[in-house]
Amino acid sequence: MEWIQQLVNGISLGSIYALIALGYTMVYGIIKLINFAHGDVFMIGSFIGFYAIAKWELGFFPALLLAMLVCAIFGVLIERIAYKRLRNATRIAALITAIGVSLLIEYTTIFFRGAQPAAYPEVFKNKSLDIFGVQISSTSILILSVAVVLMILLQFIVHKTKIGKAMRAVSHDADAARLMGINVDNTISATFAIGSALAGAAGVIFGVYYTKIDPLMGVIPGVKAFIAAVLGGIGIIPGAMVGGMLLGVVESLVSALGFSLWRDAAAFVILILILIFRPSGIFGKNAREKV
Amino acid sequence: MKKSKVFWGYAVIALVIYAVVQLLITTEVIDLYYKNMLITMCINIMLAVSLHIVIGVTGQFSIGHAGFLAVGAYVSAIITTKLMLPFPLAILLGAAAAAVAGLIVGIPTLRLKGDYLAIATLGFAEIIRIIFLNTDYVGGAAGMQVKYLSNWTYAFFGVVLTILVISNFTNSRHGRACISIREDEIAADAMGINTTYYKVVAFAIGSFFAGLAGAIFAHNFYIIQPTTFGFLKSFDILIYVVLGGLGSLSGSVIAAIFLTVVSTYLANFPETRMIIYSLVLIIVMLYRPTGLMGTKEITQLFKFGKKGGTK
Repeated sequence: MEWIQQLVNGISLGSIYALIALGYTMVYGIIKLINFAHGDVFMIGSFIGFYAIAKWELGFFPALLLAMLVCAIFGVLIERIAYKRLRNATRIAALITAIGVSLLIEYTTIFFRGAQPAAYPEVFKNKSLDIFGVQISSTSILILSVAVVLMILLQFIVHKTKIGKAMRAVSHDADAARLMGINVDNTISATFAIGSALAGAAGVIFGVYYTKIDPLMGVIPGVKAFIAAVLGGIGIIPGAMVGGMLLGVVESLVSALGFSLWRDAAAFVILILILIFRPSGIFGKNAREKV
Repeated sequence: MKKSKVFWGYAVIALVIYAVVQLLITTEVIDLYYKNMLITMCINIMLAVSLHIVIGVTGQFSIGHAGFLAVGAYVSAIITTKLMLPFPLAILLGAAAAAVAGLIVGIPTLRLKGDYLAIATLGFAEIIRIIFLNTDYVGGAAGMQVKYLSNWTYAFFGVVLTILVISNFTNSRHGRACISIREDEIAADAMGINTTYYKVVAFAIGSFFAGLAGAIFAHNFYIIQPTTFGFLKSFDILIYVVLGGLGSLSGSVIAAIFLTVVSTYLANFPETRMIIYSLVLIIVMLYRPTGLMGTKEITQLFKFGKKGGTK
């Protein structure tokens, strides 16, 4: 029975990774940039949620929505200020800028509030539900349901709305999309807004689940979410969801086997194996290299 | 004729700098604080130049350089403190171990390109760090006690050796092969250059000198801990190379000197230091994506003859 419990823990953790990975994968799909600052947007979302719940005494759902809104605006600002000028720059220049933005967000946060961690207030009474002899905490069910609802919403936006159609068109071929009258800049901004909002939501539920947040908390989940995105096939939305879940489950299993200190290494080993043997990911198609 | 003249010129300059600083240290004109800054500066120059050969010359974007620094530091520390062998041997073995680690990491990952390579090297550096973190023999998370053995002589000649080997490599047949990979990998491949071989060679040389720097780094403090060798250390090294100019050896040396001085004065304000670093990184990339020096060397600014000094 303990195995099933670990599996549930893994899925809860994995759904957080999946929410962050969605932002990575969407941004990569559309402008081929690894947005290193994405993990820090996640951190900002977590802190917004913290202040909303602890200081302004909002409930969980208003805090979640507020964090998503602020993160969406924040993501668009990052894109407009830093990344927009780099559309035609080399990949290395874009990557270094992303690293710079990430460090800037982290240390500006530390500068203003200090590096000490904050304890997330308890928003729900944590009850254990007993389902067929398996103890499942209500928080992990909550996390999972929030994540699933957001993912369904994202699928709806991407496949059924006009902006989603524009996003798919731009990620396919930005120049052709521009010729068809799509406003490419606005579409890219919308992608950043949606991805960052998801990261913000992930930040709030991370806080509720793990109850401890600090300004450098975004680094490791950010990198792991990127691994999840690569695992599922970068640029592919269902891939990010599956990759995130899979990574979460693997990490929980590694911990359950008693190697919890090696948990982070497991994620990197997965990354390296997937990059070497199947760089296009589980759902990816092989792209041929052209001159 | 001309080349050897220039070489001896530089050798004399290097010896004069060494002798003057050594004299100032022995007569205690330079106190401990500045002596430490000079040694840190030397370590940073070695790191910058060793990453320069990977990113600047060969164009392979590696952001896991701290991993090789860690290998050099830990291996040399084990040799001096656990095996009680002399320090020069420890430096050599530390560097060799880092080069072997570079080969192990480089052979599978250098088939990847661009962003994927960056992430894979980052991943390997983290794996190296986690291995040290979980090895009780080297003290785990608490760190490892190390003897204080580094001094100005080791640090300075480490820098001289690093610059000598890497600049000679760059100007050799192999170096030109690496530069052609940086400019266009597919074209280089088509011209019959074994791109994988040269990428791995450049990576191993870079790792070797990172390990050398690591050995001196480890013995410059009384303790080494796995947390010292995290992402941030890799990014620190990256900033030297990027700021100096991707492809300019003298640029990365100047950037390393400059940023070491800046960060020594900002040592009491680590947040401010990181904010300045990240702003510099962003602004340089937005307005001058090739770095301050581009691919030019400082010797080209003073024109000796037609093509400049070291060419």
